Amino acid sequence: METIAIPAINMSVIAPEMILSVVAMALLLINVFVKNEQKGYLGYLSIAGILVTLYSLTIGWGAPQDGFSGSVVQDNFAIFFKGIFLVSAAMSILITDQYLQREGCNQGEVYPLMLFATVGMMLMASGTDLMTIFLGLEVLSVSLYVLAGFNRGSIRSNEAGLKYFLLGAFSTGFLLYGMALTYGATGTTKVVKIAAAAQSGMVSSNLMLVAGMLLMATGFAFKVAAAPFHMWTPDVYEGAPTPITAFMSVGPKAAGFAAFLRVLLVALPVFKAEWSSLLWVLAVLTMTVGNITALYQQNIKRMLAYSSIAHAGYILVGFTAGNAVGTSGILFYMLSYAFMNIGAFAVIILVGKKGEENNNLADYAGFGYKHPALGVAMCVFLFSLAGIPPAAGFVGKFYLFSGAIQAGYIWLAIIGVLNSAASVYYYLRVMIYMYFKEPTEDFNWVRLSPAFIICLIIAIAGVMIPGVVPGTILELAQKAILM
Amino acid sequence: MVSLHSYLILSAILFSIGTIGVLTRRNAIVIFMCIEMMLNAVNLTFIALSKYLGNLDGQIFVFFVMTVAAAEAAVGLALMIAFFKNRESIDVEDLNLMKW
Repeated sequence: METIAIPAINMSVIAPEMILSVVAMALLLINVFVKNEQKGYLGYLSIAGILVTLYSLTIGWGAPQDGFSGSVVQDNFAIFFKGIFLVSAAMSILITDQYLQREGCNQGEVYPLMLFATVGMMLMASGTDLMTIFLGLEVLSVSLYVLAGFNRGSIRSNEAGLKYFLLGAFSTGFLLYGMALTYGATGTTKVVKIAAAAQSGMVSSNLMLVAGMLLMATGFAFKVAAAPFHMWTPDVYEGAPTPITAFMSVGPKAAGFAAFLRVLLVALPVFKAEWSSLLWVLAVLTMTVGNITALYQQNIKRMLAYSSIAHAGYILVGFTAGNAVGTSGILFYMLSYAFMNIGAFAVIILVGKKGEENNNLADYAGFGYKHPALGVAMCVFLFSLAGIPPAAGFVGKFYLFSGAIQAGYIWLAIIGVLNSAASVYYYLRVMIYMYFKEPTEDFNWVRLSPAFIICLIIAIAGVMIPGVVPGTILELAQKAILM
Repeated sequence: MVSLHSYLILSAILFSIGTIGVLTRRNAIVIFMCIEMMLNAVNLTFIALSKYLGNLDGQIFVFFVMTVAAAEAAVGLALMIAFFKNRESIDVEDLNLMKW
């Protein structure tokens, strides 16, 4: 009789994920007993859950361990990314309640769904088996499809959800086919064993492995919204409820990069020459398409969607370099991107009122004078997005591009800097509307709730402190790279 | 005995039919069926490779893919119903409120 070896299970590796999923499931139950006007308390409960999870994460820093016979790993790389996911989820939850109440769709399920999406991202960051990465990706995606279409009464939200679903499921097909071919070529789904098989030439068909790598790259490029697989991004970002847009412009992108980095850097370093030339093209296309299209946008949510595509391009620059400086640059940049982007979306939510999202640039005329504090906050976020010192966005870009120069991609860095310069135009345009146009509205509906104030303070601190003293975060990022 | 190649070619053909279907069809449900066909083509690849390589990883992967496909179907059909309630259509040509 065949005996089945019991695999080594190490529950402590997935402790943070388990805590967060239990909190999310408990919230689903509690939600039934909470009155409609009080759903906001669920948000505070979920933030408490996130804080506990964050604490359980920090215990594991510096002591990498793996579990489930090498399917998941809790190393510094995973922990750093999970920190980004948790912070961005907490900040998005802070700005959710007021928006949902205003739009009249404050079902409490939004919080558990956001937590489940976060669990999916965390699994993606620590997955060292193609199966775990796939499962994490799907837990994330399925939750996000629902979240994008969360405002059931709004036709735009419906459209965003359906579009995201159809295109997301389509791209999953490519990712899976790539995983199947990689499995066929190497006989394993574990990234470490794939690397060993590829290195020792134990590959049954090299063509199959390369095809698998290309198909997986397509799937990941879709998830991180890299051109030419970015077409869903502006539509989904525009249609989805704004706090959800803030949430999915940061975490899922970071999760996509985490899994993408791990698959390429750990499993397929043998093909580094091939994939870095592929990423070179992707990076240039993504930056250029994102920035040039953003120049023409009148809708600020759409503009930030194209800007998020451009930012994926900058991160791909660091990825192309594939060296220590570039990779730590990616980690640093993703973290600061979380603060600046969610901060900007928080201000966008405040400018809107019920039924009127006020997302056109013209709606921002004179906003800076009517609400000086919010105007300054928005300027800080936009300056950081544009990469102007002393904001964190500048430091992040500096490391991404210097990584590229160190790896010998001078032209890539030059194209990146030129793109970054072009992007200043459309970020500054918002500020011109805020300060140099006569106000047409008195913006008396803007109501700053305590949750918003906390979110904005965290965001400004997260943009300015690493921008002025980048040392601590950069040191953490350097300890968290994969090599 | 059917060779591994035949299985791989069959699943590649099925995957391509699914892809072409997604790109050319206009009805959201038909598009979703094409996506399911792509996923099942991948499942066939996994099973064939698993048998050929003599290890079970591929078959376990197929179970996960089927589970996930079921979850996706539930969410996808719910989204289509929500869209249909507002627009009385599930034609993707009507997904046109937001462009450029």
